[in-house]
Amino acid sequence: MSVTISPKRLRREFVRKVKELSGQNLQSCYQCGMCSGNCPAASNMDLSPRQIIELARLGLEEEIANSKTMWICASCLACTVNCPRGFDLSKVMEAIRLLTLRKNIDQIRPEDISPQDRSELPQIAMVSGLRKFTG
Amino acid sequence: MSAKKESKNPAETAVKEKRQVAAKLVPIYIMGKRYEVPEGLTIMKAMEYAGYKFIRGCGCRGGTCGACGTVYRKPGDYKLQVALACQKTVEPDMYMAQIPFFPANRAQYKFADLTSAPEEVFKLYPELFRCVACNACTKACPQGIEVMDAISALKQGNIAEAARLSFDCIQCGLCTSRCFGELAQYHMFQLARRIYGAKILPRAEHLAEMVRTINEGRYDQILDELKHVKGDELKKLYQEREAEPMPAGEDWKPKDTKYL
Amino acid sequence: MKTKARNLEDPAVASVEVLGFKLEEIPRWNCCGAVYSLAEDDLIHQVAPVRNLIRVKEQGKDKLATLCAFCFNTLKRANLLMKENAEKRNTLNSFMDEEIDYSGEVKVVHLLEVLRDDIGWEALAQKVKLPLRELKVAPYYGCTLLRPREVAIDSVENPTILREFLKALGASPVDFPESTRCCGSYQIISNPDDIAGYAWTILNSALNHGAEALVLTCPLCDYNLGRGQKELMKKHSGFKGMPLFYFTQLLALALGLDPQVCHFELNYGSPESLLREKNLLS
Repeated sequence: MSVTISPKRLRREFVRKVKELSGQNLQSCYQCGMCSGNCPAASNMDLSPRQIIELARLGLEEEIANSKTMWICASCLACTVNCPRGFDLSKVMEAIRLLTLRKNIDQIRPEDISPQDRSELPQIAMVSGLRKFTG
Repeated sequence: MSAKKESKNPAETAVKEKRQVAAKLVPIYIMGKRYEVPEGLTIMKAMEYAGYKFIRGCGCRGGTCGACGTVYRKPGDYKLQVALACQKTVEPDMYMAQIPFFPANRAQYKFADLTSAPEEVFKLYPELFRCVACNACTKACPQGIEVMDAISALKQGNIAEAARLSFDCIQCGLCTSRCFGELAQYHMFQLARRIYGAKILPRAEHLAEMVRTINEGRYDQILDELKHVKGDELKKLYQEREAEPMPAGEDWKPKDTKYL
Repeated sequence: MKTKARNLEDPAVASVEVLGFKLEEIPRWNCCGAVYSLAEDDLIHQVAPVRNLIRVKEQGKDKLATLCAFCFNTLKRANLLMKENAEKRNTLNSFMDEEIDYSGEVKVVHLLEVLRDDIGWEALAQKVKLPLRELKVAPYYGCTLLRPREVAIDSVENPTILREFLKALGASPVDFPESTRCCGSYQIISNPDDIAGYAWTILNSALNHGAEALVLTCPLCDYNLGRGQKELMKKHSGFKGMPLFYFTQLLALALGLDPQVCHFELNYGSPESLLREKNLLS
């Protein structure tokens, strides 16, 4: 995919917030791709985890906002434990998710889950799902 | 209050003394405005004393209907306190606002179609799982209910426990007004209590048995006889009826055992 | 655990008694929140797990054993936070002013760790009355027992705890490469089709390595791997379903307890017929 990188497109506020919420130094990623390789959900994602970090670093908020990647992430932490730089990607993904959820933009409504599913799902599925997809 | 000239009438004196004793005023703040109201009044009476006329936020005046939920704070304390306006006596410098109604979510359902399974609650109120156990609801309850624990019981699928814990709930809505997860706790509890009462609590067998006995006509004859007894004779029968004495033992029996 | 995952809890409670200790349920526990909050400024979501740890401390106990791996992860990470971060600890303690203060006094373990470290595999093997002979079970760890590194109960890359557990019970562990691959977790509520894909990857891999069943530690993994099996059987004609067990059920069975306590009827993948085939169930 081609992306235009320019100081005009760098959303500094976005980068600052991501760093603050995740506590991670985005500069430490050297784009080796171990995260994408280990991610079990990568095949369903439009942008790979590695690409998300690069876009975050460059402040390209729009590309990230249009991506489905962070909503497909299951927080399994495979990326985090395999990163050679000790960088915690799961926290960066969470930060990016929260920046949307905290604007009161939910990704799922409980009423959209069918009553059958609501009845059959283990409670931890509802609790964790509502935590990750609603603010 | 200045002393009025002595009255010779003792009744009048007594009334005047009463008025003087009750004259102590305390300052309170209603919706930000300061008023001085007689000490010893409830919040509701104090607001009416101050000139407010209740057309909402007021109901039974007896601590049961949940209409008059009030939030207040005392100076020097950051904590919010809650009370029912009809029950709580005013305290000096209390700063209050009322929450007469909170638009909490109330699921639509046909009660007769529900089973006793906890999944019924999960289906109707999926936002139940947004609870983060912050305990703001418990702190906001004027009835002292452990709201967080009752929600926890519901999440665990224990309708009976949720019904038990929420027994004193008067549906004032203060819990929902403070809830981080935007739950309508009191509506969920009402559903739990309804399911518990109608579908889980065992039925009194002796009651069903008694109803059956009555329907089979056991008492028809005596009821018929009584219908034909008139006026004074009926009164006499009633006043002279045999009643079980207060400290009756297990083996007490009436003189006429025909209907036992 | 009282409703849908009775088949995880009941055999656990029964088994530990045979092994010489007791699992006491904490009074007034609340849901721990299932997922650990990954944001630096988020403290409200730490309240729920920490409150449970406070309940343990209130009882005068210093060890919390969990059955479910999902909760294990959240509770252990929250516990580490309270131990290591003084500022957050102070804020949380002052927020929960209706509770006693807490600073990480309780140890959080998973039942598997108790079996390995406090009982020992040899001692466990000696108590086995019904060795699970010829039951080829693939250990499935999922994510939460092993990631992140600071909570892992075993090696992150090459865990062996379930293998040793199965051997102690007399079963034949079948290693396969997807044993630590995520089942999809909470994605089940928003992207259930993705879950079906993950389930197939995991189950098919186990099948190809000769497994007859999987052993699990988490009710969500159980749901994700089990729920879609009927559809997978329709889609992949060679697939006849893969029975899923909780580790506590295999434990109870091997210790010779009444199979009723295992509630096999709640399991996915019809494990009863497999057990009958191996003469492990009458």
